[in-house]
Amino acid sequence: MSKFPNQLALVAVAATSVIALSVGLSERAAHNAEIAAATAQAEADAMAVQTAEAETAEAEAVVTEQVTAEVAEAEMVEEVAEDTVAEAETAAPETVTAEATADTGDTFEGGSSTPALFVGAAWAESHESPMIGELDGISFDLGREALDEEVAAWDIDIRPDGAGLPAGSGDVWTGEEAYIENCAQCHGDFGEGRARWPVLAGGWDTLEHEDPVKTPGSYWPYLSTVWDYVHRAMPYGQAQSLTDDEVYAITAYILYLNNLVDDDFELSQDNFTEVSLPNEDGFFMDDRAEGEIPAFSEEPCMENCKDSVEITMRASVLDVTPEDEQAEATEAAAETTEETATQEAAAEDETTAVAAVDPALVEEGEGVFRKCRACHQVGEGARNGVGPHLNGVLGRTIGGIDGFRYSGVFQEAAEAGEVWGPENLGEYLADPRGAMPGTNMSFAGLRSEEEIAAITAYLSTFEAQ
Amino acid sequence: MDMKFKGMKPSRRSFLTGAAAAGAGSVAATVAKGQTAPDPAITELQDWQVYLGDGVDAAPYGMPSRHERHVVRRTVDWLTADNISSINFTPLHELDGIITPNGVCFERHHSGAAEIDPAEHRLMINGLVDRELVFTMEDLMRFPRENHVYFLECAANTGMEWAGAQLNGCQFTHGMIHNVMYTGIPLKLLLAEAGIKTNAKWILPEGADAAAMTRSIPMEKALDDCLVAFKMNGEALRTEQGYPVRLVVPGWEGNMWVKWLRRIEVGDKPWHHREETSKYTDLLENGEARRFTWEMDAKSVITNPSPQAPLTHGPGYTVLTGVAWSGRGTIPRVDVTLDGGKSWHQARMSGPSLSKSMHRFYFEFEWDGKPLLLQSRAHDSTGYVQPTKDQLREWRGENSIYHNNGIQTWYVNENGEAENVEIS
Repeated sequence: MSKFPNQLALVAVAATSVIALSVGLSERAAHNAEIAAATAQAEADAMAVQTAEAETAEAEAVVTEQVTAEVAEAEMVEEVAEDTVAEAETAAPETVTAEATADTGDTFEGGSSTPALFVGAAWAESHESPMIGELDGISFDLGREALDEEVAAWDIDIRPDGAGLPAGSGDVWTGEEAYIENCAQCHGDFGEGRARWPVLAGGWDTLEHEDPVKTPGSYWPYLSTVWDYVHRAMPYGQAQSLTDDEVYAITAYILYLNNLVDDDFELSQDNFTEVSLPNEDGFFMDDRAEGEIPAFSEEPCMENCKDSVEITMRASVLDVTPEDEQAEATEAAAETTEETATQEAAAEDETTAVAAVDPALVEEGEGVFRKCRACHQVGEGARNGVGPHLNGVLGRTIGGIDGFRYSGVFQEAAEAGEVWGPENLGEYLADPRGAMPGTNMSFAGLRSEEEIAAITAYLSTFEAQ
Repeated sequence: MDMKFKGMKPSRRSFLTGAAAAGAGSVAATVAKGQTAPDPAITELQDWQVYLGDGVDAAPYGMPSRHERHVVRRTVDWLTADNISSINFTPLHELDGIITPNGVCFERHHSGAAEIDPAEHRLMINGLVDRELVFTMEDLMRFPRENHVYFLECAANTGMEWAGAQLNGCQFTHGMIHNVMYTGIPLKLLLAEAGIKTNAKWILPEGADAAAMTRSIPMEKALDDCLVAFKMNGEALRTEQGYPVRLVVPGWEGNMWVKWLRRIEVGDKPWHHREETSKYTDLLENGEARRFTWEMDAKSVITNPSPQAPLTHGPGYTVLTGVAWSGRGTIPRVDVTLDGGKSWHQARMSGPSLSKSMHRFYFEFEWDGKPLLLQSRAHDSTGYVQPTKDQLREWRGENSIYHNNGIQTWYVNENGEAENVEIS
């Protein structure tokens, strides 16, 4: 049996344009080969000849012979097959198809037997399905050439050697401004990381400690990784919204936060590869094969392996397993009953408004809310994230969620007893920083009145819990 | 976004609430053997015996019985900063056989699950190729395809357990894995279509999601068994698994199986992007880190009994079962111990034994009602034997987060309740 029984399938498949031709012949060839106890390889070669045969008169002769002849000729066929396959590859597919159909007229019987070629002989012998074999130089002629503009639009990655870096530059101070606006919300003003968001600065000399802090300064090997990741995936929820210069500037600022550059530093495509990170040499290639794997490949003990066994650690002591959700919900409900009662009065007006909301507008608003949901939650079980949850936001006191860390301007509004309504919410969403100077919300604003109306309608459907 | 793997402050919940809750959702206790009163389940007419059920099309896309509503993916809130860049876990203790149903395959997103219109999706191949190409989904459907069952395990599976037993339930300790049949195009066919240049040594698959996930993969693997898959278990990929098309990198860590695959760049060096430097590198005790630890070592876990699936029937015959897998081949053998490793028994393997796929094992025994210390130990087809957690720690310390394939221990008490423990 051939090592690659399915190669036969592939060669035939590869010349997809001549499938019609191979159909009638393949069944006969297969049958013939069976009788002759031909090897699968010989069969494959024969197929190759058949599929390519449309191209040359010589090949046609060989095929005719092969279909009726015995395996003894396989070697000769193999040689011819190589030639003819090569020729078939260079032919324009349309031409091949046309000729194939014309040539085979009589032998074509139904056209449904080709799939037999796809099933390798090994199928019955193994649980593993055979892999499709080698296809060197064979084209399916699928897809189209990518345009330069298309490649440029998507190929944004960069490497440690600077490959892929666009022209541009940015300094530490510009970076600080862009960072405070776009990054500090989650990563903290000094890269300390709020809540459980990643820490971006410090962590030096912690890699051998119990709780290592992995930052670009302490752990990351290459600066290009910082640039690439900020550029492709940040800010979280607004990916690829930063200009190249802003990415240079933010990267420079992250270097500064890690004490790796002075405050007058400017990063550009020209000096980029001159910057190396402290832990560049802290990595080595996977070496499990040299140590662990041999150590873990010994026949283990099966009987009388130890005298006594003690429990040394129990998960119940730590007790951090999530509770059953239903129990959790009940518990949460009990906790919030009081809170809900006080909010109900405020929410009442909005509840009546809900009934009149246009469902289409609500649906549109749900789509617009995608821009918000990186930071804000709504619906059942919504909790505070980077931003406060928005259940019952209309009618709620501005800055009114207990325990959420609001900016000063929100705290002032809360103290003044201001309440969110469609109007002030619309103004805020149109221009967050203009309407509430000093807000922590790093969102540029919604572009249109329609979007604001839609999201307001959507938010009005979530009552305070 | 950052996964923390050290413990949080304890909740108010008492020991084994999880087990009790799980028990409540399961089948009613067996009727005692010496029962004299007739069983009303037999003697009384049940509603379903009398009234008509739903007609066809009541559920055009069918869902499991409502009595199985507890069989769901679950997350661990304190692991990540929010639930968009987060992880949830496959309910292994509720499953059997080797195939994971699509709806409960664990999820890991870095910027949420992208919802992509397949008509607007493109796959680009660029870089060190003869022809930079763009394919539509329709184009992709015209390539020859293959079907293979492979496990996908997140490198961080069991990562919370490095410093000790932490989470009570195999869903949480081992549930960052699923095992489905993929239908896809061998990646080598697509690369051959573009024509890779002689200096092409690496590829960089990239996702279309807002994380634009990227990983460097050596060309040798790309040309070996990688698939560009569009179906799982016979139907289209689920949105959260990369619809309309994802990369399949058999036996290698899940993070490399780029979802929502939109581009494959061919290059001569690795890119050292975020997910292969700051993440998915294994920090050792001496402060140095392994990189490019792609293969998943052989591993197994007993799924029943386990903390979420206690023994509720009392002493007598019972079925112990679990799953095993290896990124390097098949699992010809799994050993099981009931006494914490004093003596071991070979488990019975059942179901297809496929390379780089989950395997199912069983060990039936008569429980005498005394406490058990259960462990399973996988052997893979290369001769590798799953190590103990302490053996692993000797090589790696406790800070490496990823690739924790150590032997799991469940302590089962006299009541049949199970707990995650470590033993001497």
